[in-house]
Amino acid sequence: MPINWKAGGLLLGLVFFLAVLLVKPIGVSTQFVILDGIIADAVNPDLVTQTAEGTTSTNAYLAKSDGKYAGAVANPLNYSFVFVLAMALGGLVSAKLRGGIPMGDRSIPALWRTNFGDSKAKRYAAAFLGGLIVLYGARLAGGCTSGHMMSGMMQTAISGYIFAAGAFAAAIPVSMIMFKQEA
Amino acid sequence: MTIILLAIVIGAAFGAVLDRVGASNPTYIGKMLNLTNVNLAKSILLAIGTGSVLMFGGQIAGIVDVGHMSVKTAYAGVFIGGLLLGAGWAIAGYCPGTGVVAAATGRKDALFFIAGGLLGAAAYMATYPAWKASGLLDKIAGGKVTLGTVPGAKYEGLTAMPGDLMGIVLGLCFIALAFALPERLVPQKAAPQPAE
Repeated sequence: MPINWKAGGLLLGLVFFLAVLLVKPIGVSTQFVILDGIIADAVNPDLVTQTAEGTTSTNAYLAKSDGKYAGAVANPLNYSFVFVLAMALGGLVSAKLRGGIPMGDRSIPALWRTNFGDSKAKRYAAAFLGGLIVLYGARLAGGCTSGHMMSGMMQTAISGYIFAAGAFAAAIPVSMIMFKQEA
Repeated sequence: MTIILLAIVIGAAFGAVLDRVGASNPTYIGKMLNLTNVNLAKSILLAIGTGSVLMFGGQIAGIVDVGHMSVKTAYAGVFIGGLLLGAGWAIAGYCPGTGVVAAATGRKDALFFIAGGLLGAAAYMATYPAWKASGLLDKIAGGKVTLGTVPGAKYEGLTAMPGDLMGIVLGLCFIALAFALPERLVPQKAAPQPAE
């Protein structure tokens, strides 16, 4: 069971505030690109190159904004990348302290099971497909639920409102069609 | 090194809170998005409101550096990307941040989400020039713009209203909305009648 929504919301708001107080607003989805870049650069070292003027890449996306992403690929020990690794650590410790995720829920979450049954293959395929669409969309939008929706709307950014409108306009109907049975 | 330490502390706190509010549990995401239990949405609204009031209040008090704001560009692709992300979020029950947290807490389906995500991000890297050429990434409504004009910020305001005060008022609206929203937004299905 999650904690009370008021306590949860307040804590979440404090974290977003602390981030902007101490460093910068929270964002996550860019780091999928950075990890892709790290992997691809390990396979093909010509992908990211460092010159006297800075870091650039043969990939137009990594090279954009004066090679900002290429620079992060070349130096993964940067704030944003470590931040996402630390999120995993925080989630792990938090879950352990409350007794962990129930065994049955680890492969197939309860609501999915109620609507689509016990096939792990089906659930994994949906999670994979969902991930593909989510990150393609997040990169097209230039941010995700953290960066655009929460950090963006918190700062009264127009882009945050546009993003949230799009995200919920699709998410609510898709969810209502998919999950008709209540868990 | 301080910056890396901050990344670890704030990142870990964010991951832990996402776990505790239920955001990394696809069942709670599903219940929010099919509108049968929107407590998570109430938490998100309260968080945005709290963050906004503290940040803009802190700016007025001179405690928060306005230069820490980071406003993203508005363009048509933000809406299209939002639609895609929303659809995938509903299907998988994860978004990029919560997927990472869920995988770390032992959810195996989240590993498939991350694998799909890496492929999706790579697909975008490969197709970026086409999007760029389409003009859908060209800025609209002034691009990096906030609703009001925030004093000292490098971003323009859509309106000339004071952006910091507007941020506090909007933040309070988000908080009010969080409290006003009922837990359930769709009618309860009628319980099956027992046979006579």
